[in-house]
Amino acid sequence: MIKVILARIKQGYRTSAFPKEEPVLAERFRGLPVLREGMLPEESEERAIACPTGAIGKGPGGASIDLGKCLFCGGCAASPGGAVNFTKDYRLAALSREDLICRPGEAYKLAESAGKEIKRTFGRSLKLRQVSAGGCNACEADLNVLNTLAFDLGRFGIQFVASPRHADGLLVTGPVTRNMRLALKKTYDAMPSPKVVIASGTCAISGGPYIGHEEVIGGVDKELPVDIYIPGCPPHPYTVLDGLLRFLGRR
Amino acid sequence: MTRPLLQTGNARAASLKDVPLYDIGTFRETVLENDREGGRIVSFFGCVPEGEGQVRLFAVLSRHREGVFFILSSDVKGSYRSLTPDCPQAHLFEREIYEEWGIVPEGHPWLKPVRFAPRRRKDGPEIEAGIMDFFRMKGEEAHEVAVGPVHAGVIEPGHFRFQCHGEDVFNLEISLGYQHRGVERAMVEYPGKRRIHYAETLAGDTTIGHATAYCHAVEGLSGCNVPARAQALRGVMLELERLANHAGDLGALSGDVAYLPTSSYCGRIRGDILNITALVCGSRFGRGMLTCGGVRFDVDDVMRQELLERLDRVMSDLKCAADLLWETPSVVDRFEGTGVVDKKMCEELGLVGPAARACGIPRDVRSDLPSGIYRFSQIPVFTCESGDVFARAYVRWMETQKSADFIKEQTEGLPSGAVIAGEGTRLLPGSIVVSAVEGWRGEICHVAMTGVDGELARYKVVDPSFHNWMGLAVAMRGGEISDFPLCNKSFNLSYCGHDL
Repeated sequence: MIKVILARIKQGYRTSAFPKEEPVLAERFRGLPVLREGMLPEESEERAIACPTGAIGKGPGGASIDLGKCLFCGGCAASPGGAVNFTKDYRLAALSREDLICRPGEAYKLAESAGKEIKRTFGRSLKLRQVSAGGCNACEADLNVLNTLAFDLGRFGIQFVASPRHADGLLVTGPVTRNMRLALKKTYDAMPSPKVVIASGTCAISGGPYIGHEEVIGGVDKELPVDIYIPGCPPHPYTVLDGLLRFLGRR
Repeated sequence: MTRPLLQTGNARAASLKDVPLYDIGTFRETVLENDREGGRIVSFFGCVPEGEGQVRLFAVLSRHREGVFFILSSDVKGSYRSLTPDCPQAHLFEREIYEEWGIVPEGHPWLKPVRFAPRRRKDGPEIEAGIMDFFRMKGEEAHEVAVGPVHAGVIEPGHFRFQCHGEDVFNLEISLGYQHRGVERAMVEYPGKRRIHYAETLAGDTTIGHATAYCHAVEGLSGCNVPARAQALRGVMLELERLANHAGDLGALSGDVAYLPTSSYCGRIRGDILNITALVCGSRFGRGMLTCGGVRFDVDDVMRQELLERLDRVMSDLKCAADLLWETPSVVDRFEGTGVVDKKMCEELGLVGPAARACGIPRDVRSDLPSGIYRFSQIPVFTCESGDVFARAYVRWMETQKSADFIKEQTEGLPSGAVIAGEGTRLLPGSIVVSAVEGWRGEICHVAMTGVDGELARYKVVDPSFHNWMGLAVAMRGGEISDFPLCNKSFNLSYCGHDL
């Protein structure tokens, strides 16, 4: 027993002060991308061709990056010219699919509180059922991290629960494979209303690296109404936590 | 072996013309002979060669202490005599070949879907995931427990069927495929710019392992020389990945026997290690680190110092947390004798990674068939004999220490020079390469073939989980249903790596 107590003293108190204090992320962390104003058409063209998922657009409004498709690989920022830069801003969650599109000179439309009703109903207690609908397990791994003492998700009144019957929200990861479509639908149907749906990770938003595969549906919103989108491949745990708190009107 | 086979080193390209083509009877006998002599099936798959209409089977074999792969092939029409009754390690490969190509291995005792995938030749029936005949037990008080595909925790989907009598488990059948997203096919059919991302997401917790296997395959096929510094950095990242996952597993095993101190500490320690990975490349999972020809991020002296300091702190914390496990009788009692796989069964099923080393088999790609940095710097292989949960946990703990020593050694003595090769990565036409890497779960094997045009024609991935899922099923036999979470965690297999 004495060893357990000594170990406890050695390991110390390690829960982060978030959200009071901003987290310190790695220098090389790739968060919110910024496109240089006045990006040349050939610059966006070149990057659009090289982008593995077609996240970079060069539509009538000029260049853009769709964070719903971006893998945050940084390939577009690596070529010289500084046309695209990834900042360390980890806050990326948005309330609609259109808001995920970054354009030069425009502020990114971060998620805001989903309204008084949501705040009143779920603000102090949000129980989530998680469904992994395909994908690579990195999103799941970094969601599990929220339960560690470093993040201590429980202190925000948010908890992952074992049954859809106990859940207020469905947090989906993965591109929704054909083989998971039915299980996802059944889980959603088993949840009592009112309920919210969270698409977490690039796969869940658009299909991610698997965009266009016949084996996947390519995004949760093709199957269910999505209330909040959390980009990233996988999203940093702080990106998810920030997104959930924003949605509840607590940030 | 009596018949000539193509011998090729790890990640060394060979001409497809040099792969001997045998009739199916000789092919079968050669694979069985290798099995009888204690060899392994590393990969076994079908493909349709260019300009030919019928399916050709390829087998990649290995034998202990022979640092090469042996490759052979055979054309097959419709059906052939199954290898599985004489060589159980072929069982899932043969099911896969049946599912993909409709080639029937006659006499296969367990011919069921692997991942409920659409057949490559569109003449098969539509199948619904999870719909198949499960093994059933009949009798008084016999009952069945079905779990999944959606599980209670935040984990991947899979379906488990237990045949029980009271609490006792007589059989566990595992039905996967829910994560199937068609990566192997897309490796060949989709634009090349996506390939590194497919490799990184074959199993997200093994990003560096699979990306290394992919890069080695491409570099082997293109004759590209990777700079020494890049190889050392790849090794550092691979061992960081092993360290993070093993530390996480020790914590999770602890949680599954309700011993919370180690479980809490290790959950956080795993995160600290992931953050070291992020220090180097910006991603906690090592995304974006590897590229064909080298690595995308270099480490300067300041970062090197920071990395070593953080590693020291993490290892000190990890030792403190892990020692609690081995010193707590209630934990050791629960670990010992639970989920035993004996050495003979392990050999028969062809298990890999910590699961095999926990059965006393010194099987490790890093020492058996080293590639990259491991050709110059060895890591000692640690084994346990008991084949139970304790052995699988203790092997992990020993490996974390070896990995930490390796990371330290490599980081301190990083060779100077560039981190990416100047030359391009144009692939040799008409070639085959076998690229194996010891990921944290075990042997990762990628086989790539090119056509006469020098484009990828076939890409075959074998994740260590593909070999090991049957090990979990066997470990549960005769156990109690309440042992399942513990056994499952002691293997900690990948669903997406299996489902591809």
